Amino acid sequence: MIALQDEKHFLEKVTHEIRVEPKDWMPDQYRKTLIRQISQHAHSEIVGMLPEGNWITRAPSLKRKAILIAKVQDEAGHGLYLYSAAETLGISRAEMIDQLHSGRAKYSSIFNYPTISWADIGAIGWLVDGAAIMNQVPLCRCSYGPYSRAMVRICKEESFHQRQGFDILLKLSQGSKAQKNMVQDSINRWWWPSIMMFGPADESSPHSRQSMEWKIKRFSNDELRQRFVDMCAQQVKVLGLELPDEKLKWNEKRQQYDFGEIDWKEFRNVVNGNGPCNKERLATRIKAHEDGAWVREAAAAHAEKRRAKSARAA
Amino acid sequence: MNKDWPLWEVFIRSKNGLDHKHAGSLHATDARMAIENARDVYTRRMEGVSIWVVESKYIHASNPEDSDSLYDPANDKAYRHPTFYDLPEEVKNM
Repeated sequence: MIALQDEKHFLEKVTHEIRVEPKDWMPDQYRKTLIRQISQHAHSEIVGMLPEGNWITRAPSLKRKAILIAKVQDEAGHGLYLYSAAETLGISRAEMIDQLHSGRAKYSSIFNYPTISWADIGAIGWLVDGAAIMNQVPLCRCSYGPYSRAMVRICKEESFHQRQGFDILLKLSQGSKAQKNMVQDSINRWWWPSIMMFGPADESSPHSRQSMEWKIKRFSNDELRQRFVDMCAQQVKVLGLELPDEKLKWNEKRQQYDFGEIDWKEFRNVVNGNGPCNKERLATRIKAHEDGAWVREAAAAHAEKRRAKSARAA
Repeated sequence: MNKDWPLWEVFIRSKNGLDHKHAGSLHATDARMAIENARDVYTRRMEGVSIWVVESKYIHASNPEDSDSLYDPANDKAYRHPTFYDLPEEVKNM
């Protein structure tokens, strides 16, 4: 009986746009869904540093290097905001990191593609961060308070990421023939994986309906994907280039762009661990964590020493 | 599995004259490291001029289940608000 009342009270709150806070009663499945989603989101920020970190030493100018470092630093911060939000639901940081390293937790598949040219750093900013923003803006109104607050902070910082990416591509597209080709090649490789970032089509997205009911999600995968396509189809014209989709065409009746079929086989393949860089990314992450073990131990020992010293002085 | 460092809550004063406001949390070995990390994580874009950190375990919070007894009694005390009192038009500046 009490459980029923709790559930009713919870749903009322969600319906009336009152945020759910960590100590409030919530259904187990709501908690589980959020832990899964927020931790995956956090892991994506952390793994997302790898394809870009790869280019910090090779950025073409000091300015670009400083910008890229700032962006990668932001992503570390975003990972931290999100891990903290997930921790309010009762999972520990160590447990989440363990889930990532053991392969039990997923991260965004987009980071399993390689960054082989400087233009890829531009394409990541424009397309990958662009798609992420499209997904994240509605999450600022997510029913779970700590997640929505983390997303507000993240979205504020993220828009510079997208703009700096477009800026890289714009400068290159105004350069030599070779530079322009480099941008087109990069867009060709990143376009389809980017629109896959919105997840499976609505009819095959099993968790979507419940998440919408709980106001964790506000718009369906296909709705957000369509908005993103419409936006990019316009923006690519500024670069004087094309999106790699022969079926991309303005539909006067729908007032939206029609676009081609997504290769869901590739999507599932990469999600299941067989993308070009899955193994490399995870191995790099685990190595970074293990190589950092002595730093964590030293910091703990140092703090202990300082505590002992101030205790003696007191 | 690794053991986590203690969790700290971070409060930031965005500019002098304003209250410190909860910004988020982070793990650190001690207060000094918590402040250094908070600086890196929460004030990269001039969001603050002062940082407080407190270990999360020292924060005591009210229980949402007590909301009724804690906050409802305020509802029937409308006389605590200035709009409760009807004064004649002639009374100025009050």
